[in-house]
Amino acid sequence: MSQPEAVRRRTRPFALLGSELALVFRRRRTWAMLAALALVPVLIAIAVRLTTDRDSGGPAFLGDITNNGLFVAFTALTVSIPLFLPLVVGVVSGDTVAGEASHGTIRYLLVAPTGRLRFILVKYAGAVAFCLAATLLIVLVGAAVGALLFPIGPVTLLSGTQVDGWSYAGRAVLLALYVTLSMLGLSAIGLFASSLTTVPVGAMAATVVLAGVSQVLDQLPQLDWLHPFLFSHLWLGFGDLLRDPVSFDSFGANALLQLGYVAVFGALAYGRFATKDVLS
Amino acid sequence: MTSGTVPDEQAEHPDPPLAVRTEALVKVFRKQRAVDGIDLAVPRGSVFGFLGPNGSGKTTTIRMLLGLSSATSGSIELLGRPVPGALREVLPRVGALVEGPAAYPYLSGRANLQRFDAADPASDPRTRRDRVAAALDRVGLTHAADKKAHAYSLGMKQRLGLANALLAPRDLLVLDEPTNGLDPQGTREVRNLIRSLADDGTTVFVSSHLLAEIEQVCTHAAVMRSGRLVAQGSLDDLRATGGRTLTIRTPDVGQAGTVLVRLGLEPRRDVGADTLVADLPADVLPEVVTAELVRADVRVRGVAVGGGTLEDLFVALTGEGFDVAA
Repeated sequence: MSQPEAVRRRTRPFALLGSELALVFRRRRTWAMLAALALVPVLIAIAVRLTTDRDSGGPAFLGDITNNGLFVAFTALTVSIPLFLPLVVGVVSGDTVAGEASHGTIRYLLVAPTGRLRFILVKYAGAVAFCLAATLLIVLVGAAVGALLFPIGPVTLLSGTQVDGWSYAGRAVLLALYVTLSMLGLSAIGLFASSLTTVPVGAMAATVVLAGVSQVLDQLPQLDWLHPFLFSHLWLGFGDLLRDPVSFDSFGANALLQLGYVAVFGALAYGRFATKDVLS
Repeated sequence: MTSGTVPDEQAEHPDPPLAVRTEALVKVFRKQRAVDGIDLAVPRGSVFGFLGPNGSGKTTTIRMLLGLSSATSGSIELLGRPVPGALREVLPRVGALVEGPAAYPYLSGRANLQRFDAADPASDPRTRRDRVAAALDRVGLTHAADKKAHAYSLGMKQRLGLANALLAPRDLLVLDEPTNGLDPQGTREVRNLIRSLADDGTTVFVSSHLLAEIEQVCTHAAVMRSGRLVAQGSLDDLRATGGRTLTIRTPDVGQAGTVLVRLGLEPRRDVGADTLVADLPADVLPEVVTAELVRADVRVRGVAVGGGTLEDLFVALTGEGFDVAA
């Protein structure tokens, strides 16, 4: 083509990434799921506030909230990890490839042309961005609601030392990052499941079910040899972040575990998709 | 739409004469040979009609041309470059409507086009808004550009798909059944669009199972049947291979029939009691037939030589009826 030859030759590898983020976060479903997640800290805080006087015997950390509103974010994230987060992460990651296939839009992205590797990477990046947004949202809403309903003050850490609110806020963000990291493996599994089908619901369900299976297996003592390899094994292992000084050991171990899952299932997803006939 | 094509483009870039070329292209699904060794040759600058009944392998071929599925065997060249090897380089110059339009239902038509445009790493984000607006305008979708795509009718979706193919100046357009779902008015608009694109120098490769819809705009055509190419060439060449028919109106049908049989024709009765129709081989001249009829005292009310239309050829090559090719 004669006119914009020089301009059109220059390539912009990140243009699609921006478009993908806009696609994920402009979607009403994304907002609905984020709103549901934001309700978790709100409901916890209100419930605890209403029952404070009658000192009901809930889990220990629920009682901590009454002493310090900063614990709301921490508690909300902990409560969300086993079910709510895997559920929404399963929906988003299971939709990645299968959603595009079911709409047929995958054809037009590929002939645009988007390389198949770039397509997979961008879709995965979109899912990861959603995980990050979800965990940060829980932390932010938790902090806001906690400050509104409860006293805020210095926090006593697991190691016995006290830190002020700002230092604790920094740890809360670290916690959000830890939980995001925890979801990377599941997201990669969702991506792979999504590359196997053109029915997004199937991939979503498979991903969520696997998250449940992994957690159940993690509870069976007979399978303790398997536990270190389960992607959910370190989901709740973020206690290190509440010690002084912060220990990054569990962060590192979890990163290794999750990256292993990302490598394996990312490669499987790409291997499956790279040679696939796009017939949808 | 700012078409970047200048009239002497071909002189500046000595491009290969064929926009699409396949050799012995085969696609096997399980045991079925969906595409069975076709050799396509689409000249640059042509409007190439790719015809065939439903299920004859047209879309499968198009998917292979665009790298959406891989060929079982055979080779493909698009704009002189090998496919799938040079897809990344050649696809920005190709606009496509494959297997019907597709859109994100929760995005507006405009947002859909912006997304597809962003997927082309060679597209310029600074001109994106203008190019999207121009493409929407060109297909007459401007008034509905900001409606969500799930509210679009089939015809509007089809227009959106066409707009997507026109987001950038293209050297080749591959349009798979572009008139599907459009009303007669929309069909005519698509024809005009194809004509104006061709005038800009764009090669248009357009598939259809309805010959009549695209016959008027094509310069070349190929006909598929059951995965094989049964005819290919310029429209004039194809017409020449199509048989002519002789139609005779006479009250003396029986007598006329005898004369025609004597001349080596195979007359059959057509609509109306006084009409005979026969295929007319090239070596039988109509004036000879008329003279023979008159000599045999057949009262001739009318003689007409017809046929040679693409429609006749199409039907002859692909068969009639509603059966989907197996």
